[in-house]
Amino acid sequence: MNARRFSWTRWVSIVIKEFIQLKRDRLTFGMIVGIPVIQVLLFGFAINSDPKSLPTALVSLDNGRYTRTIVSALANTGYFRFVREATSMEEADLLIERGQVQFVVTIPAGFERALVRGDRPQLLIEADATDPSATGNALAAVNQALATALAHDLQGVTADLASAPPTVDVRIQRRFNPEGITAFNIVPGLLGVILTMTMVLMTGLAMTRERERGTFENLLATPALPVEVMTGKIVPYILIGLIQVTLALLAARYIFSVPIEGSLLLLYGVVLVFIAANLTLGITFSSIARNQLQAMQMTFFFFLPSILLSGFMFPFRGMPEWAQVIGSVLPLTHFLVLVRGILLKGTSLHELYSSIWPIFAFMGAILLLGLRFYRKTLD
Amino acid sequence: MNADLVVDVQGLNKHFGPRHVVKDFSLQVRRGEIFGFLGPNGSGKTTSIRMLCGLLTPDSGSGTCLGHDVIRETASIKREVGYMTQRFSLWEDLTIRENLDFVARMYGMRQRRAVVDRAIDALGLGSRRDQLAGSLSGGWKQRVALASCMLHEPKLLLLDEPTAGVDPKARRDFWEEIHALAATGISVLVSTHYMDEAERCHRLAYIAYGALLTSGTVDEVVAQQGLSTWTVTGSGLPQLQEQLESLDGVADVTQFGNALHVSGVDAAALERDTAPLRANGAQRWERSEPTLEDVFIHLMRDTKDNFQ
Repeated sequence: MNARRFSWTRWVSIVIKEFIQLKRDRLTFGMIVGIPVIQVLLFGFAINSDPKSLPTALVSLDNGRYTRTIVSALANTGYFRFVREATSMEEADLLIERGQVQFVVTIPAGFERALVRGDRPQLLIEADATDPSATGNALAAVNQALATALAHDLQGVTADLASAPPTVDVRIQRRFNPEGITAFNIVPGLLGVILTMTMVLMTGLAMTRERERGTFENLLATPALPVEVMTGKIVPYILIGLIQVTLALLAARYIFSVPIEGSLLLLYGVVLVFIAANLTLGITFSSIARNQLQAMQMTFFFFLPSILLSGFMFPFRGMPEWAQVIGSVLPLTHFLVLVRGILLKGTSLHELYSSIWPIFAFMGAILLLGLRFYRKTLD
Repeated sequence: MNADLVVDVQGLNKHFGPRHVVKDFSLQVRRGEIFGFLGPNGSGKTTSIRMLCGLLTPDSGSGTCLGHDVIRETASIKREVGYMTQRFSLWEDLTIRENLDFVARMYGMRQRRAVVDRAIDALGLGSRRDQLAGSLSGGWKQRVALASCMLHEPKLLLLDEPTAGVDPKARRDFWEEIHALAATGISVLVSTHYMDEAERCHRLAYIAYGALLTSGTVDEVVAQQGLSTWTVTGSGLPQLQEQLESLDGVADVTQFGNALHVSGVDAAALERDTAPLRANGAQRWERSEPTLEDVFIHLMRDTKDNFQ
């Protein structure tokens, strides 16, 4: 009967053995320490659901003193950072389509005259509402800020105007997502998230599985060339990626009614580039990882920042500069701009170069790293 | 180059980081020969085999395998060599048929289907062709693995401990197959830990800690070491073993079932030093021929220390 009793010494031995094995697996151990430390620091400081200093373009067709008042009032809210002065509405349009600015503030001609006369002139604020959470707070602050600033300016001659209901008729135009539907932002973004997850993980596992089971040696003993093995193993996953994208697009269109403004062909082209970048990373992981578990851990280590720092879950522009730098290394960050641009804004290819080349750059860098490790594992 | 040598390499070296895994390895294997490759675990057998079949590039040395240069012509070597890995390396989640079919494709075989069907029938696995390779027993796995590396009709088979963990009956069948293959002119290089398998080889090489220590036929290998051996039977053998091990003239004492094999390099010294123990009459002492196992144990003891 004694043998069936819970033995503390046996139990402790098992605990100790487990710790020893954990300690031996350097990578796992690194992840155990690294994930909480790095991720908490990174995300604790980086994530900000109330983004400030959003880049704004000004189209000023009236250069009176009230224009200056309005600009400084908006800047003083902390939400708007005037980075460009566009000379025409068309130029401003292009800026917002490319995603270079979040807002365009247009002050119409004859604004000052109309204001002084008490005609309640219009002030147009266009927002890139593809990500409603990035613009919500900023837009909410506009009316109060303007009222306070103008009240101060209008003291004296036009004091009676200030007391009346709003002196300026602020027109807010939420471009690309007028109803501010979160799904319009999230669903296209999910395309990228799903692809990142499956592409990196599947390829990472596919290669380490062969190595772990010893079948890799068999493969190498055949006349197969490394490039045949590598590319041959990738192709099925490219197909899987394309199927995933198609399913996600169908769901976006027919379940969430996400508009598809741009070219589907262009979208699939961009998707292929993105898939290639992720597969390259997956293969590199599989060259470094000694077993499937390690490949999985590396995938997660990459996946977390991809979700949190790319602008998928939290507004990219809300992050501090350094976090934006990290974020802009990740292919997902650029893919999100691309896919949201094509789906919601109908952006065309030549407007998207600035987001495509970073993905290629990432792929090239990872490829070099992967080749170095691949050679090592063969010999 | 001697046309009769399928493997002819000189002075191969391989390092893994700071470890010198294979040292000045030279080997000749003749056509149609079954060549046994012996040595303790971690002695560099697998690394040597991998260098012969083009999986690893030697750091230095030269030679040919089937007439192709082992450093520059690995692609041609891979085409003509059948390599069976130490660990079962077919895809466990593919069926027997799918595995063989895949391998046949990798070698770009013509009439692939016919070749695969023939191989499956030869194995007697016709009815189980759609069974997953992972669900086979150890003996069957090994036979399927052998069939898969024979598909492309190699001229040289490299078998890395093919019978590890396989039951005696399956082992015997396996060796009969190897001999049948050798009779058709195929050369076989096989590594093993089993003495009975070593004795089935035409010639042997013994490698320990990266260095080739001896090679030749079984008789030559035994004769080269010049061991003298006594076989002792009777009671009190464990105590006797302790006493014997402290004697200068005794090189090795090994227990074989109910007998002790006592070996020495110098026959006279062995006889002189063991005389008092032989005289006390507690056990029966007989002169015997040293077996291959005596020789290997002797070799292993001799080389153990120079590795540390």
